Amino acid sequence: MQRFILNKRNQIAFIGGVLIIIAFISKLGFKNIEIFTWSLIIASIMGIAPIAIQAFQALSVKVVSIDVLVTIAVTGALLIKNYEESAIVTFLFLFGAYLEQRTLNQTRSAIKELTEMVPESALKQMENGEFEEVEVDEVDVGDILLVKTGAKIPVDGTVLTGEGYINEASITGESVPVGKEKDSKVYAGTILDNGTLQIIADRVGEDTTFGKIIELVEEAQDSKSEAERFIDRFSKYYTPAVLVLGFIVWLISRDIELAITILVLGCPGALVIGVPVSNVAGIGNGARNGVLLKGSEIIHDFSKVDTIVFDKTGTLTIGNPKVADIIVYAKNFNEVSSYLASVESESDHPLAKAVVEYIGDTKLYLVENTDVVKGGGIVAYVDGHRVAVGNLSLIEQENVPINEKVREDIARFEQDGNSLVLTSVDGELMVMMGIRDQIRPGVKEDLQKLKKLGVKNLVVLSGDNQGTVDLVARELGLTEAHGNMLPEDKAAHIKELQDKGKIVAFVGDGVNDSPSLALAHIGIAMGSGTDVAIETSDIVLMNSDFSRLPHALGLTKSTANNMRQNIVIAVGVVVVLLASVFLSEWMNMSIGMLVHELSILVVILNGMRLLRYRLRK
Amino acid sequence: MQKAIIQLETLTCPSCMQKINNAVKSLDGVEKDSVNVLFNSSKVKLNFDEDKISIKNIENAIDKLGYEIKKTQVKDK
Repeated sequence: MQRFILNKRNQIAFIGGVLIIIAFISKLGFKNIEIFTWSLIIASIMGIAPIAIQAFQALSVKVVSIDVLVTIAVTGALLIKNYEESAIVTFLFLFGAYLEQRTLNQTRSAIKELTEMVPESALKQMENGEFEEVEVDEVDVGDILLVKTGAKIPVDGTVLTGEGYINEASITGESVPVGKEKDSKVYAGTILDNGTLQIIADRVGEDTTFGKIIELVEEAQDSKSEAERFIDRFSKYYTPAVLVLGFIVWLISRDIELAITILVLGCPGALVIGVPVSNVAGIGNGARNGVLLKGSEIIHDFSKVDTIVFDKTGTLTIGNPKVADIIVYAKNFNEVSSYLASVESESDHPLAKAVVEYIGDTKLYLVENTDVVKGGGIVAYVDGHRVAVGNLSLIEQENVPINEKVREDIARFEQDGNSLVLTSVDGELMVMMGIRDQIRPGVKEDLQKLKKLGVKNLVVLSGDNQGTVDLVARELGLTEAHGNMLPEDKAAHIKELQDKGKIVAFVGDGVNDSPSLALAHIGIAMGSGTDVAIETSDIVLMNSDFSRLPHALGLTKSTANNMRQNIVIAVGVVVVLLASVFLSEWMNMSIGMLVHELSILVVILNGMRLLRYRLRK
Repeated sequence: MQKAIIQLETLTCPSCMQKINNAVKSLDGVEKDSVNVLFNSSKVKLNFDEDKISIKNIENAIDKLGYEIKKTQVKDK
């Protein structure tokens, strides 16, 4: 019976509304007071039933909830035969709850979209070798699973046989399909666009990367800031206090009408719901846009950030050195490039890799008598020629003549922040390449946006030499640049900034910067959803997408503002309502309840704006 | 100790949290500090001692408050 009444709340609200309309039509249209009164009494009693049930349930676990206040108020109104008030108040309360539910679902929609992507079933190989569809919970590590075109990958695993293209947007935010073949890693929650795969399960359920992301987002949306915990504590005592206040007013004035009006006006509705609503909408927006925010405290901190410290390699730059400048001295570069590629493809030095990548497909020769000169380069024989590849000192050791023009070229290359790779064949300089790490496209504009959002200091810390770091800083318009720094130096520098009273965020790749990530007020990892990044940081930029950073900052600022607005609306409404009971003639229970329900809707709608938040150009 | 994650019907009123919190915490065998009612994801997370209380009893306590239970997961801790 109780369950039935509770489940039919919405219908009860609807019938209550109809009865109230009938009552007023019969009174105003037909002057029939009898129907008017009885309609309202029925509406009141029907309406109070679900509220009273909830009130008793709350009292049974020692909670004085809003339902308790409303139940007492409506009972009081019935006793003093104010049926108009009792009917309207219950109707508004139930109808308001219905609207709250509808709108709350909206604010939660972004995160719901994410959790609904969790795979539910899998095709598992049974003992007889056949594949059967089972619940994903029944898959254990080591099971062999079949994934067909269009299906979700059910677990984190490794491909055993087959090939296919997988859309990994749910993990990385990148929607261009990734090719997979034998021994490739696949991730739960991603979708096989085409092909058929057999995979072996490495991690299942909540241990998968996707499972961890979901758990993180779910915890984040319900995490509480200091302000919220205060409001929670406050409302725990606030509601009983309103009850006591109503009782005292009744004792003094003997005016039941006034006492029960206070009970209704004192409901803390919007106050308790305002902040969680902003929180869930803000985090939901982030999750949809490749920004994982780990909770409301972090939103608060990051919104006030004034100093952002960046790691250079892999953060501001792509982390993948490339040949940026080249001067050819040789007459026949084709032949030379083949020699060069042959020598360099034997090395796994980052500069050698850049050279091989730059030259691309070419004829490769047998390389003999290879001599690796430490801190210099490589000398070897190719096709009967002596080939030296390395820096200036190696070339000088080879007694290669270097004229004035070449010296000027070298100076210019170094000034541009290049590492030099010179190549000589049989004692003659053939080609000079300048290799440098590329700045991520768009980083400059993104940093400009951060400045506009009020970040005063943009600092780069790097293990590279000061010249290279200065160059990057100048090109990007950073305010401070420090080179030659070990991970512990970086952490020490962050500490120093914090001691000066700055609110510091650190942006790194999450792998070797853990101390800095942990120490900064806000650690931001540029992760492709890696475990380390997810665990050690406060904010994760999915798919290492730097352009998400301004969005993240703008979003946290808007979310923090939104919370403040909601608190002001909620507190303002209660203060105005309570003041007007004593100071005005027009205030009564029905108006009070109407204003309350409206204020709750206003804070929810205000929170919903965050779902559509986008950084203005 | 067992760890339980109970998925409820969508929670819409913040006072629901307080009710569920109090009800679950008052049960003997439930580790008080572990009880966490998640409002937005409408979940209850808690640790409990299987020798003292069964998951059915915990579910009943929540059910009695009028909240429908969608799914329960229990894991060894």
